[in-house]
Amino acid sequence: MSLAARVTTLLIAFAAVVAGVVFVALHIIDVQPTVEDYTPYASNGQVNVVMQTDPQNTVTNHPDWVSYFIQNPQTKQWIHTTYFEVPAGVRVNMTILGYDGCTPLRNPVFGQVTGTIGGVEYINGRPTSLLNSWSGCNVQHTFTMPALGINVPIASPTTLNENNNLCPTSPCTSGPHQVVTFSFMTPAVGGTFRWQCIIPCGGGFVDGNGGPMGTPGYMSGQMEVDA
Amino acid sequence: MAEEPASPGAPAAEPNHGLRLLILWVVASAIACPIVYIVWGPHLPPGAMSSSASGQQFDLTVLATIATPVILGVLIYFGYALTVWRAKEGDETDAAPIHGHTGIQLSWIVVTTTIVLALAAFGSYELISPAGAGGGEGPQPIWKPDTSNILQVQVIGQQWVWTYRYPQFGGFETTQLELPVGQAVQFNVTSLDVIHDFWAYQLGVKADANPGVNDVAYTTPEHTGTFVVRCDELCGLWHGAMYNYGQVVSVSAFQAWAHQTEIKLASLTKILPPYAMTYDPTVIPAIGKVLVQLGITGAGGGYYNPNDPEQP
Amino acid sequence: MAIEIQPESAQAPGGGEPGAPRKARPWWLRPAWHTAIIGAVIGYLVGHWLGSFLAGGYQQSALNDDDDFSIVIGYLFLILGWLIGLGVFNDLVRQMLGRPITHAGDEAEDTGLARYFRYTLDHKVVGIQYLFGMITYFLTGGLFAMAIRTELLSPSYHVLSPSAYLMVVGEHGTMMMMMMTSVVTGPLGNYLVPLMIGSKRTAFPRIEALSFWLTPCAYVILLSSVLFGGFPTGWTGYAPLSIQAGEGMDGYAIAFGLMGVSMILAGFNLICTIICYRAPGMRWGRLPMFVWSMLTVSFLFVLAAPVLVGGMYMIITDRTVQTAFFVNQLGGSSYLYEDLFWFFGHPEVYILALPGFGIVSEIIPVFCRKPLFGYKVAAAGMVGVALLSFFVWQHHLFDSGIDPDMRPLFMLTTEMISIPTGFIYLVAMGTFWKAKIRLTVPMLFALGMYFNFLIGGISGVVLSDVPADVTSHGSFFVMAHFHYTIMGGLIFAAFGGIYYWLPKMMGIKLNERLGKWNFWVMFLAFNSTFLPLFAVGELGQPRRVFEYATNLQTINDWVSISAYVLGFGVLLFLINFVMSTVVWRVPETGNPWRSRGLEWQVSSPPPPDNFEHIPVVLSDPYEYGVPGALPVADLNPPAGVISGALTGVGSEG
Repeated sequence: MSLAARVTTLLIAFAAVVAGVVFVALHIIDVQPTVEDYTPYASNGQVNVVMQTDPQNTVTNHPDWVSYFIQNPQTKQWIHTTYFEVPAGVRVNMTILGYDGCTPLRNPVFGQVTGTIGGVEYINGRPTSLLNSWSGCNVQHTFTMPALGINVPIASPTTLNENNNLCPTSPCTSGPHQVVTFSFMTPAVGGTFRWQCIIPCGGGFVDGNGGPMGTPGYMSGQMEVDA
Repeated sequence: MAEEPASPGAPAAEPNHGLRLLILWVVASAIACPIVYIVWGPHLPPGAMSSSASGQQFDLTVLATIATPVILGVLIYFGYALTVWRAKEGDETDAAPIHGHTGIQLSWIVVTTTIVLALAAFGSYELISPAGAGGGEGPQPIWKPDTSNILQVQVIGQQWVWTYRYPQFGGFETTQLELPVGQAVQFNVTSLDVIHDFWAYQLGVKADANPGVNDVAYTTPEHTGTFVVRCDELCGLWHGAMYNYGQVVSVSAFQAWAHQTEIKLASLTKILPPYAMTYDPTVIPAIGKVLVQLGITGAGGGYYNPNDPEQP
Repeated sequence: MAIEIQPESAQAPGGGEPGAPRKARPWWLRPAWHTAIIGAVIGYLVGHWLGSFLAGGYQQSALNDDDDFSIVIGYLFLILGWLIGLGVFNDLVRQMLGRPITHAGDEAEDTGLARYFRYTLDHKVVGIQYLFGMITYFLTGGLFAMAIRTELLSPSYHVLSPSAYLMVVGEHGTMMMMMMTSVVTGPLGNYLVPLMIGSKRTAFPRIEALSFWLTPCAYVILLSSVLFGGFPTGWTGYAPLSIQAGEGMDGYAIAFGLMGVSMILAGFNLICTIICYRAPGMRWGRLPMFVWSMLTVSFLFVLAAPVLVGGMYMIITDRTVQTAFFVNQLGGSSYLYEDLFWFFGHPEVYILALPGFGIVSEIIPVFCRKPLFGYKVAAAGMVGVALLSFFVWQHHLFDSGIDPDMRPLFMLTTEMISIPTGFIYLVAMGTFWKAKIRLTVPMLFALGMYFNFLIGGISGVVLSDVPADVTSHGSFFVMAHFHYTIMGGLIFAAFGGIYYWLPKMMGIKLNERLGKWNFWVMFLAFNSTFLPLFAVGELGQPRRVFEYATNLQTINDWVSISAYVLGFGVLLFLINFVMSTVVWRVPETGNPWRSRGLEWQVSSPPPPDNFEHIPVVLSDPYEYGVPGALPVADLNPPAGVISGALTGVGSEG
């Protein structure tokens, strides 16, 4: 081959390689997750954050995976994300609507509420500090933030009938559910704090910890604290 | 590691390379080894917060001190060769046809074998004497602390949080790790799902957490302070975030904390499974009836839904 | 011991019509890359459909939305389609149908670039194919490494999400550990071994070519797991996490298993070639060091890789058809996987190290103009390392909860393996004694290898000490250790080997000045990148984490910047390689290094049959400076020497 032909082939091959690398790189650098920003909605040192847990999510390409949704503070729409942002040094009043059925905790130590103000959670308004997920059908997921020592088991509908008739499409707007509220203080310094559910609810996976448990955006996420 | 003196009958101008190398090496080692042992040694990781940590620090100091002359020897020789024995510009001739030297080869083999066997013996000694050097010994440990006053702490790894149970205080379980100074501790490390690894850095303790297996590691904390616990075996999504801090406190502070926590968590401890060396999270004898009715669990209290193919 | 080449017979095997010429077909109808890709795509689609058809009712897939069974069957059919499209089975089918098959001679008409894209049986073509393949795989793995170091610039600000980071870590490690087993054995082993032993061919050319063609397949399968979200286990694939993982895990298991098969095939071929195809006079005591290293590595391939394939197979069945080899709660054991993996995994790292030893032992006599010091010691060292490598694997499991009695035992064997490993230093130092050292680019890389491997080896002795291992296991100390031995050792040696042998393989010399820049940038940046990592590990940073202690950020930043410079250094190699082979093409057709090696006594590149006549080997290739040394071989031996008795000719007792 002549020099010109060789150089041309080389340039074409180089372009193809760069295109391939860019393709893979873009695939790896995920689209950034939506972060629900609650900071403009804080007042008097408090901010209200609303989330829900669903028995399926029907909005991603893994429709059968259980998932959290967070409510957008402005439009009140349910967004499929687990990332939210709050200011530093405020009291976060968290409301979680639990639409999923019950699953027993693998380690019942996480039935104890820790790290909240008063050491309790309120289930439909009644304060509780300990849920025994093995004795009955009463816990569906948890909200656990290890770095801040927060652990809140999310109560579930308790009867056979309710558990057999959970809301079928997501995000749920009707169906049997419990309303869990609790509060905690965000630290004065900023940072990112991961949170996760600690009940292995990935059905079909060994130990139940794959799938929604092992992919960010379903059963684990991050709280960003703005200093 | 003596080098051969210059070949006999060589012209008088040929310097004694072997002697030069020997001198360079001895001088360099004489300077470096004490620096490594005396100056660097006490600062080597993992520090001296516990018996196993200081044992490892001593071990590493000895290894570094022995490695120093080895590294220096090779590097000095290479440096010398590249300076003295470079081919001159335009010199295309061959060099001296030396195929080998039985004496050198034999000495090399003997010396390296001796060093290696000595290190193996030393390492075994350092493994045995500080009660297993803080490494996980499996369910039937051989090298235990001499005393019978051992604090039992069970370390449970689950994706992606560490929890700790204290059987001598009623079996309460907490995410806080507190230890008394001066008392031997037996860590019983197990996992509820995948393989984790309990690494208490400043305590010099590392033991894999395997599901259904108890991995025992010993240490005796010798100074108060904070230490970090990290998961050291890739365990999934949040492996990098699976860490917490522990405290070594005075004996009285520890006793106070333990009794207080035992009382505070009494109702929680009642609902925990009885303390055992390992836990099979798929078998829950105490499972409530409504859960069985729901088919959430299998017959006989299995953890998984009977339709879930992970069910045995 | 020579193999007689049968004269071409009039009757083609398979009972076909004798002598009829085969019609030449246009290039796009003959099986090559493009038909292989078509075959692979069709294979994947067929397999995926078949998998869904068979496993459609699986409750597991309904619950977890994962298609593992279909993906696995799809991959397996992809491999089959790739091989069919490549024409691997064509001769087999032709024989069954009684038609004439291809002969190596038929390919004499097949000159030019096209044969590099086909299932060609000439070992030299396979060597060049491997060369380009291995460089591609190495660079891909290196790009993933750049991504890792970018993420580790900050312990709190994350460029990649945690699952993306784990995916990148796994891809980097697996790409490297899977592919670099053959980075020397493939290109240089396959190309040079027949030339070095005086043979016209390898023992099993079809197997050799097959071992190469499985590698692009494995490469694509491994990369395809990125499309499924990657795998979260790193290159070690520990169960039960690997059983729990999502769809990307299947790509890992299939790709690694496939490379295991490729390794077994390549090793098998090399063993038979080296044992059976040596020219007369090529006694074991005259075998070039590189061939010794290829022989020992091939035994490791053949004996260790099957265990890997078994382990990967079990991962796949655990994930798809509900076996429970590795799931503790269901009766299996997580230790089973660890043992299976590391029983392969430890010989694997000696598979990576030994070719490096072989290359540098081959290079230094040439550029010292002296015989190799202690030939027998060097060969014994390689054999000793290979043998002992099967007895040390538990050192990866020191803290795992194995029987505590085992730990001093494996500490001893691991310490002992440093003895034969140390022999290469004895050999090097003896060869340098009163030598005439010329610092050409290959020599620089060889020296770099010795320097790096020294640090890597000593840190290995530290790790083998169980108490010291308690802190170091699973930390960046281990990372620094194996990067020093594998990248600092093998890769530097491989680059040196490429600079040294490229004139032989392609008749082209790589640019010397660019080569020196390449070496110095790589060497300095490499040490700047990995030396601090020993400290980072000892200060408590585990492997594969994206969050680390904030006081370690400065060191991590230094390391990341150095890693970018190292990447630039590797880029210099790529630029040198590509420009020299494609654009500048400075011809170099003789023996530019004035080496005594048998491979250098024929033209560069060699003629299609390597040697016009099977040579008779008269002395060993390291007899520099020996007065009255015989030439290394007689390339035109008198008639009658080959066939019949060989007594007296060239054998000095």
